[in-house]
Amino acid sequence: MKAYLALEDGLVFEGEGFGVSGEIYGEVVFNTSLTGYQEIITDPSYKGQIVTMTYPHIGNYGINPDDEESFHPWVEGLIIKELSPVVSNYRSVMSLDDYFKKYNKIGIQGIDTRKLVKHLRDHGAKKGILSTVDHDRESLVKKAQASPSIVGVDLVKDVTCKEPYVFDKELLPGFEWGEGRQKAYDIVAIDSGIKFNILRKLNQHGFRVKVVPAQTSAQEVLKANPQGVFLSNGPGDPAAVPYLVKTVQELIGKVPIFGICFGHQILGQALGATTSKLKFGHRGGNHPVMDLATQKIEITSQNHGFVVDIDTLPKEEVEATHVNLNDQTLEGLKHKKHPLFSVQYHPENSPGPHDSDYLFSRFYELVQNNCPV
Amino acid sequence: MPKRTDIKKILIIGSGPIVIGQGCEFDYSGTQACKALREEGYEVVLINSNPATIMTDPETANRTYIEPLTVEFLEKVIAKEKPDACLPTMGGQTALNLTVEAYEKGVFQKHNVQLIGAKCEAIKKAENREQFKKAMQKIGLDLPVSGFAYTVEDAVTLAEEIKYPVIVRPSYTLGGFGSGICYNREELERTAAAGIEYSMINEVLIEESVLGWKEFELEVMRDINDNFVVICSIENLDPMGVHTGDSITVAPAQTLTDKEYQRMRDAGRKVISEIGVETGGSNIQFAINPKDGRMVVIEMNPRVSRSSALASKATGFPIAKFAAKLAVGYTLNEISNDITKYTPASFEPSIDYCVVKIPRFTFEKFEGVDSKLTSQMKSVGEAMSIGRTFKESLQKGLRSLEIKRFGLGADGKDKVFENALKTVNEYKSFWASVKENKDFQTQIKERLRVPKEDRIFYLKYALQAGFSVQQIYEISFVDPWFLEQIRQIVELENQLLQLTPQSAKTAESKRDLVALLKKAKQYGFSDRQLAFLWELKEGEIRSLRKSLQIEAVFKLVDTCAAEFKAYTPYFYSTYEEEDETIASDKEKVMILGGGPNRIGQGIEFDYCCVHAAFALKELGYETIMVNSNPETVSTDYDTSDKLFFEPLTLEDVLNIYEREKPIGVILQLGGQTPLNLARGLVENGVPVLGTSADAIDAAEDRDKFKKLLEKIKLRQPANGIARSLEEAAKIADQIGYPVVIRPSYVLGGRAMEIVYDYDFLKKYMTHAVEASDDHPVLIDKFLENATEVDVDLISDGKTSVVGAVMEHVEEAGIHSGDSASVIPPYSLSQTILDEIIVKTKQIAKELNVIGLMNVQYAIFKNEVFCLEVNPRASRTVPFVSKSIGVPMAKLAAKVMTGRTLQELNFTEEKVPEHVSVKESVFPFIKFPGVDIILSPEMRSTGEVMGIDVDFSRAFYKSQDAAMSHLPLEGKIFISVNRFDKAKVAPIAKKFHEMGYSIVSTDGTGAVLKENGIPVEIVKKLAEGSPNIMDLIRNDEVKLVINTPSGKGPALDECKIRSLAVSYTIPCITTLNAAQAAAKGLEAVRGKGLDVKAIQDYHGTAAGV
Repeated sequence: MKAYLALEDGLVFEGEGFGVSGEIYGEVVFNTSLTGYQEIITDPSYKGQIVTMTYPHIGNYGINPDDEESFHPWVEGLIIKELSPVVSNYRSVMSLDDYFKKYNKIGIQGIDTRKLVKHLRDHGAKKGILSTVDHDRESLVKKAQASPSIVGVDLVKDVTCKEPYVFDKELLPGFEWGEGRQKAYDIVAIDSGIKFNILRKLNQHGFRVKVVPAQTSAQEVLKANPQGVFLSNGPGDPAAVPYLVKTVQELIGKVPIFGICFGHQILGQALGATTSKLKFGHRGGNHPVMDLATQKIEITSQNHGFVVDIDTLPKEEVEATHVNLNDQTLEGLKHKKHPLFSVQYHPENSPGPHDSDYLFSRFYELVQNNCPV
Repeated sequence: MPKRTDIKKILIIGSGPIVIGQGCEFDYSGTQACKALREEGYEVVLINSNPATIMTDPETANRTYIEPLTVEFLEKVIAKEKPDACLPTMGGQTALNLTVEAYEKGVFQKHNVQLIGAKCEAIKKAENREQFKKAMQKIGLDLPVSGFAYTVEDAVTLAEEIKYPVIVRPSYTLGGFGSGICYNREELERTAAAGIEYSMINEVLIEESVLGWKEFELEVMRDINDNFVVICSIENLDPMGVHTGDSITVAPAQTLTDKEYQRMRDAGRKVISEIGVETGGSNIQFAINPKDGRMVVIEMNPRVSRSSALASKATGFPIAKFAAKLAVGYTLNEISNDITKYTPASFEPSIDYCVVKIPRFTFEKFEGVDSKLTSQMKSVGEAMSIGRTFKESLQKGLRSLEIKRFGLGADGKDKVFENALKTVNEYKSFWASVKENKDFQTQIKERLRVPKEDRIFYLKYALQAGFSVQQIYEISFVDPWFLEQIRQIVELENQLLQLTPQSAKTAESKRDLVALLKKAKQYGFSDRQLAFLWELKEGEIRSLRKSLQIEAVFKLVDTCAAEFKAYTPYFYSTYEEEDETIASDKEKVMILGGGPNRIGQGIEFDYCCVHAAFALKELGYETIMVNSNPETVSTDYDTSDKLFFEPLTLEDVLNIYEREKPIGVILQLGGQTPLNLARGLVENGVPVLGTSADAIDAAEDRDKFKKLLEKIKLRQPANGIARSLEEAAKIADQIGYPVVIRPSYVLGGRAMEIVYDYDFLKKYMTHAVEASDDHPVLIDKFLENATEVDVDLISDGKTSVVGAVMEHVEEAGIHSGDSASVIPPYSLSQTILDEIIVKTKQIAKELNVIGLMNVQYAIFKNEVFCLEVNPRASRTVPFVSKSIGVPMAKLAAKVMTGRTLQELNFTEEKVPEHVSVKESVFPFIKFPGVDIILSPEMRSTGEVMGIDVDFSRAFYKSQDAAMSHLPLEGKIFISVNRFDKAKVAPIAKKFHEMGYSIVSTDGTGAVLKENGIPVEIVKKLAEGSPNIMDLIRNDEVKLVINTPSGKGPALDECKIRSLAVSYTIPCITTLNAAQAAAKGLEAVRGKGLDVKAIQDYHGTAAGV
């Protein structure tokens, strides 16, 4: 099955399709993780995006039920160099190709992914179209140009849960997840597209978690009487969800807050900072971040196209706690008075290193100090 | 944290000679460390006995001691230089062992030297298996069930508890030496006994077998702030059971989910912290049970290693350089990533290609060796390849290996058991014929089950013979992912057999053919393989490809999968859309390296290539290096302006040439590998710099060579050329036995023999014709008891200068690469020397040599005979350069680009006042039972240099450095052959006068008694106990002098020699060497020796 990828600026690749046939559009981005394609494709933050994996061999270990980060894949499409013809792993239950077929997803393989990645690096993330049905290059480029941008669009509404629910699940045993705690506190997690491993981590670190839709008001959240509030990761432009910023503004000072990724961007805005779009984003499992308090370096899992502008933090109230050592962008903040902090990267990993697990303990301690048992 | 200012002078310990398990990767790491520390303003002192290294160049460290790596000499260097700190983690196991030994003797403490990088406790914790096991248990990591044994009885008890098969691993040995898998009690008793003996502390680990489990490695780094990064993950294609050095390995790991990978990463962090490697790199090995994912730790190396060199080359991340900087207090974030410039070193490389490393073996040189691959390393080198996919890398790797293969089979070189498949018709009919053949299938199964050097081919043959991936997995335990990749190669090969340029007639099939050809190139098929499958010439495939615009592109190795712009030009080829090379308008010179290390072609040639790159940079050229050996300095991205990590085949080299358009290519420095390409490159219009390809041919062509020698009136041994046994017998009769016989165009004396009679000649001829690839055999009169001499010369075409005349200690007939050799000559008359120099210059003139040339002579009855001329760099170039203090290879590169020796200020021979002795180092200890006697077939893997005021002292140092520690007192066993009996007495007498006691067998004993030398007679092996074997085992004999009357593993004398090697008792096999040893001992006994920096010998300060 012949497949084409076309970018809005005219770059077109011909490859071979996998998954189902069809046509989809999205923002074309790349991820440099060597492992973890299953977690990546099931991460709701990739809503609206077509993801390029920089490592050439993808699908080697198949798909297994434990590595899902949500109930189904969220990437719009997947771009790879070569799909593995076989799966080799004791946990695997299905191939990536079958998984894509099951969920009606489109993938393309056999293209010069390095050329694509260099293009995205040099010219920025691009709108693109992935098609197995239209083989006309010009037509594809036009469709890519006409496709909606993710800037200014609320994608959270597509991925947030419809109804509140309680999450209570164990981490996969035997994988060195560090020490856990007895569940001692009730928190509300505002779901902008939350990854399962964040929820599992919160459970492990002593929290009973109630997940609520992103549209839930501050009053509704507080009604549950939570001892903490968690702001989740999510897709798209953080400036396109003013309602969420407003909710968070109303929660600040009333309850300890911890935000990750999109949640960090919402919190930043709620505190008065602005956000902007990075040229091609940070997506991968190898970015060095320094904790400014300890000067220690964490190798982090990252997935974001937008960033809180470090210069717009209200310096009197908010301090930068973490920076990215590659490009000096803001990776974490905390309030000087109120019990709240957030990070731009993914301490829950999945995929990625476990270096930043301490942040969940930090949240526990914050809640504990605010509300001793 | 800024760098430390409390230390100013740092001692680095090198790794000594190249041996199995310790290749030239430590020259790479040591050189990087020296450069990195000097960059930071530290004064660097280096001790290393190996002259064929960049690290021992006078410019690399401030003070360089080419001295034996023993505690005695280490202490002398420390006492003289008074360093503040010692970095022990750059010189492999040798440096670590020496550090531990010196520490335990209080050397560092006494001289106030602190260890940086890893403390002694950390080294011991990682190296001592019991301590390691305890440490792992403490941090909750799983290990194979195991226990320690100090006696064979303990071992048996333990094995019965653990259940067979078990693995025996002695503590503190090199390259897994002495390890083995035991399936039963008998095997265990044997292996455990030997292991206890080899272990420095007489300890072996008896361990649960994890044979067939998946094997992984992590290369990790840590800084003083406890920041931790993984540089590279590696997955072994060969599962547990084959030493990782002997395994085909792949980076990154292919079959781990993120959860499994991160669990391994967490374990890696815990291990390096618990072991206590404060700063630097470590290598940690893991095994995973494919059935349930159980992960166990196998071992860790608290230092840079072969794998870290591989990881550095695989990712572009310079582990050793950064490890050195971390050792002086920097943290990872304070070091910038050279490749991306604007991002720090505190990240984990991501790669967007696949890397394959394939080991190189030389079993053919060791008669009687067990070629089964086990947990003890046996390979002598390795090639690495980079491609966008595993399939491409694997095929590129196989054609990099210098085993005359051009990919994974289908290259006209397939030999399936005894069936050579030289044409595509043979190929097709053979595979069609074996599909139903039960016997064949059984044979194949055996090759899948027992790993040998060519198992990778048999994995493919099994698929071709109709086995399924699952079946092959169940026998070989090679992961199905790898097998499936190989199956794809087979599948494509079948398509290539179906659709050919000849058969593609319709427009549609022509389009399909283009797509197929493109896919084949992406699968790594070489033009040679396509030429075989399509019955065309390699050149025709190349033209076809070009006409279809299917050409190689070059992509960057950039540490970051293109996330950031890269500034360091390090490339590999692939078949994709975009090419990333940037043409500059500078004049460029391309240097071809030597490929994987093997016996006969080692680090010496890499040394020469590196020097060429440095020299040409000085002259303002842009240098382009092409090589496939990840252990080397030449493949450091700092060495040349552009690095192409590529196979050294005509196709691959032409691709680079056409892209870069250099003014010329240097072939004469990389050994035989690039020379083999000479003809093809010239035919394709590539300018060869220096001596012409014709001149190289002239030296190789018997007739032309004969005419040349006649013209300059230089004798050569009577000789002839034969293409059959009959011809050979006729020639041998004409010139008279003994004769030296060898195939033309071979490396390292491959299959070269001295033949004393017709019977042996007959036996030889079958063997040799095979080794010579249908080239004829060359027969020379063997000059018995002649003195052999090696000469290295440099010429600019007008002026020629002899770098050095080297006199061999061993007589002619022993391969020059295996002899001890001395500068200046110690027994030749000035008349002879003058003649040698004059004739050598005449040869250079006749061949119009521009660059380097090596000539070998035999001095027989005071007359000079020419044995061989090689108009190229020889393996003695680094030794000569260090001995006379002139960088010969650098000068050669400069004359090849048009400079004159006059301009370079080297117009006269330089005879040093000191004496330098080069001694060869052999791998016999790794090949138990193999006869150690020297012959025309080269078998040494490395070399050392002893340098001192006179021959005796220099010789003694060379022996000490070669780990043949001559005893200062004690009992010596002497037994010589009938030819040597007449000459043995004076030597024995000298030993006797120095106070040694002598034991002997009755034959030699009688001669000694006649000459009034007291001697104790021991029984021969057949005469019962106690015999000489018992004396060796009981550590009574300190030195064995045994000249061979025959050779082969079956002989008693071979058993004696072999046993001495196993017990690390020095064993001398020629009378010349025995005499030299006596002289050396005489000079050293009771007096001791001094050390002197190489900079002091030549008055060359660092950086001059």
